[in-house]
Amino acid sequence: MVALPGTVVSEARLVDSDTEIHGALMERIAVGRDKKAFESLFAHFAPKIKALMLKQDSDPELAEDLMQDTMLTVWNKAHQFASWRGSVSAWIFTIARNRRIDRFRRQGTRHYIDIADYEIADETPDSEDCIMAGERDRLVAEATSHLPEEQKQIIAMSFVENLAQTEIADRLGIPLGTVKSRMRLAYKKIKTNLEDVL
Amino acid sequence: MTIKHHPDDTSIIAYAAGTLDEAFAVLVSCHLETCPQCREKLKAAELMGGSLLEHTDDAPVADGSFGRLLEKISVADVKAEPRITLPARTKKPISGKQEMPLALHHYVDSTMADIKWKRVGPGVWQKPIELSRHASSSLRLLRIAPGKSVPEHGHGGQEMTLILSGAYQDEIGHFGPGDVADLDDHVEHQPRVVSEEDCICLAATEAPTKFKGLASRLLQPLIGI
Repeated sequence: MVALPGTVVSEARLVDSDTEIHGALMERIAVGRDKKAFESLFAHFAPKIKALMLKQDSDPELAEDLMQDTMLTVWNKAHQFASWRGSVSAWIFTIARNRRIDRFRRQGTRHYIDIADYEIADETPDSEDCIMAGERDRLVAEATSHLPEEQKQIIAMSFVENLAQTEIADRLGIPLGTVKSRMRLAYKKIKTNLEDVL
Repeated sequence: MTIKHHPDDTSIIAYAAGTLDEAFAVLVSCHLETCPQCREKLKAAELMGGSLLEHTDDAPVADGSFGRLLEKISVADVKAEPRITLPARTKKPISGKQEMPLALHHYVDSTMADIKWKRVGPGVWQKPIELSRHASSSLRLLRIAPGKSVPEHGHGGQEMTLILSGAYQDEIGHFGPGDVADLDDHVEHQPRVVSEEDCICLAATEAPTKFKGLASRLLQPLIGI
């Protein structure tokens, strides 16, 4: 059976529309301080953030707390999303990461310094960047899902389970060099897929 | 001056995933301030993180979770966090001799000019930087006089050096402001300062407990033992 061009388009739209919906919610939160929009965003992301924290060895109470902390930061920094030039899910991922690191490093008022907290003069997004965000998302998701299993495993252990490269090597009983080379291969594939849009 | 030496891709990925230990994370962050190329790389790696988050199975949130969050936002809403503006893609890295990288502001109270250096040998000074209790890595600023060798500061573990001002040369090449040497434990190198001014660099190493005799390693190239 020959796939109709229309089928392909609608599949792509499905992925894109998710990104677009989340992007539109962020806009309503940033500009209108819209709590309804925030609730929709919470419904989608809060359970995922909590799952991420649970996978990173937090007990359920701490995972819930870090999730709340992350979503509170999403609300407080919503105005920064516009200059992020990426998808909502990636932005939220970095916030969850920073909140967790901050919690474990906490000492006085010191905060994890994230480059995303700086405004970089010539990197404000234009409308093309915003259109590209959805496309980038789709390309990364596609490239990630097509990675060979052994590369995917290492990427997941790193980003989801939050294991250091030496810990991954120990856990899998393989040399650190192998972990690094698999990671480089996976990253190269993602970068190649992104070359036209990033 | 353009940056020629960057952190390894795997270090950028680890930074994106949040698995770099504190000293290395701070150092990479300082490099990112001056390197648009690595900021693009980081972006790609963080998109991977976003994609993995999107595909995570949901874990149920606690009862009344959103309600509790709403209570917090009504209190916290007034203070929007201020942002720091970085200069545009300057050819010249922003961390010149007088300037402390932004990522170090939380760690070092003084300006670069006012640092209280501790002499560790002829033409070599250091300023250890205190990290949080849980860190298993250590971070220090090093200042080395022209013609002197940079002491080996990370023997037996991962080691990363960022040049803030001045320059040094080793077997790998010439390292100037913004450049990073991202070295594995098996790399032996003996960089020599080639700039007319002192070379100031930031050095991250695995915790001293992981390798023996930091002090003697530091002094070794200087007293020739």
